Amino acid sequence: MNDILVIFKREFASYFATPLAYVFLVVFLIMQGLFTFYMGQFFEREQADLSSFFTYHPWLYLFFMPAIAMRLWSEERKNGTQELLLTLPLSTGMIIIGKYTAAIAFAALALFLTFPIWITVNWLGAPDNGPIITGYIGSLLMASSYIAVGSAISAITRNQVIAFVVSVSICFLFLVSGLPIVLNFFEAWVPDTVLLAIANLSFLSHFDNLQKGVIALSDIFYFTSVIILWLWVNRIIVEVKREEG
Amino acid sequence: MDVYIEAKGLSKTFGNFLAVDNVSLSVKKGEVLGFLGPNGAGKTTTMKMLTGFLNPSIGSAEICGTPVTTGHVSARKYIGYLPEGAPLYGEMTVYAFLKFIAAAHKIPTDSIADAIEAVTNAVQLEQVLTQRIETLSKGFKRRVGLAAAIIHQPDVLILDEPTDGLDPNQKHEVRSLIEKMAPDRAIIISTHILEEVEALCSRAVIINKGSIVADDTPSGLRARSRYKNAVSLTVSKKISADVITRLKSSPDINTLEQNIEGDFVRITALNQQNKSVIKTIDTLIEAEKWPIEQYSIEAGRLDDVFRSLTQGDAA
Repeated sequence: MNDILVIFKREFASYFATPLAYVFLVVFLIMQGLFTFYMGQFFEREQADLSSFFTYHPWLYLFFMPAIAMRLWSEERKNGTQELLLTLPLSTGMIIIGKYTAAIAFAALALFLTFPIWITVNWLGAPDNGPIITGYIGSLLMASSYIAVGSAISAITRNQVIAFVVSVSICFLFLVSGLPIVLNFFEAWVPDTVLLAIANLSFLSHFDNLQKGVIALSDIFYFTSVIILWLWVNRIIVEVKREEG
Repeated sequence: MDVYIEAKGLSKTFGNFLAVDNVSLSVKKGEVLGFLGPNGAGKTTTMKMLTGFLNPSIGSAEICGTPVTTGHVSARKYIGYLPEGAPLYGEMTVYAFLKFIAAAHKIPTDSIADAIEAVTNAVQLEQVLTQRIETLSKGFKRRVGLAAAIIHQPDVLILDEPTDGLDPNQKHEVRSLIEKMAPDRAIIISTHILEEVEALCSRAVIINKGSIVADDTPSGLRARSRYKNAVSLTVSKKISADVITRLKSSPDINTLEQNIEGDFVRITALNQQNKSVIKTIDTLIEAEKWPIEQYSIEAGRLDDVFRSLTQGDAA
């Protein structure tokens, strides 16, 4: 646990070593506001809830979370510090988790800074805060899944831009697999069970339940499985790339 | 003496390329081993296997009796490693970086400040402790890398080209530091600089195309040189032609080299078959009464041995 903390502290602090983190947070919060109040028609809907806030999270995260994760490993490889890091008396698994949790903490901070939106809805009306809390939990779980994908992909390349583009592409596939346009495409030539499996791969359907206030074990299990799977992939990639010298 | 570093038949392949071929070596406490070889000879790959960054394809390595592999971290606590180019986290301050390394080495929290103080005193980093690493000069960066390698007082130091790119003063400082640390540790230094091996190392290993081609003391290696017992004479330009003609006529001398040094010519005479030419030349000098400015007998040249072992000429 202490090993994870050592890496976590360094990684988390490194986000704030340049002004980029602050720029990221400001842009993220502006985009959240735009999506919630303008595109989500927060005021026009005249409903005291945050569905207009959470609805756009999967799409917003599609770009923001890979941006948080893209530097995790690619920067180490580019600067040669991977050799320094991986010869410290820390296991590769602990290093991966330390880096990953630091990225989640940064995402959680960004999400936490949206609290004025929650205050606004409570000030204007009397919302049911239960779905809002599960919405936040679901949102963080989804962000963690995106980051797990991004972390694994960042270990493939020294180039952060490539890591970002590939991560966005993979996350996009996870995102759209539940949309009718994709399901209609497969409907004609795959069995129903496969179609159901494709639909279940989507972040959207699992996040949808949580933002409605439904905490289904299957959704928690889904996000946890995605995270564990991609962290495992991350480890394999780090080990394979390390052996390439 | 305790063996701190032990490599047994290390081989490493990358695809079809054999980077390291059956390298075995052991380094005892108090030894400073110079690891020499041309670029791409396999020095860095061998060091990466010894530090547990790479797994060997065949063979094994032990540090202080503990096996080294990428999956087991226990041997790493004994190792201080300065990778090639001394990679560092440029965005961190020197203090924050050393604190991170100390914590990773599980130095107790209340001892970290003392450990940092000791190590910054040793490598003279006091004035840059609060500076970001990316703003430092190359020499300071190298010192930060060294400080990170020794902060946990390791028994084994593995330094990949520790003085590469440093100016002569910085090189001298780094060498002094290594000399100071040597008695209690086993140290491996990879270098291209032969004078460094002569100045620092108690033993030198030459690696070429992945294999060890020589393992000896620096003086032992020099003795393999064709310049061992070669005689150098410095004479005035006026008589140099005569001297060279007389030396050439001697059947014992089959190689002559001349270097013009101002008004003088330095003539080096040797026998390629390692037959001593000292007596022959001394006799000639006495007989011809040449006015000799300088006279010296060479102990051998490490660069000559290095070239012959890594370029295929006979030593």
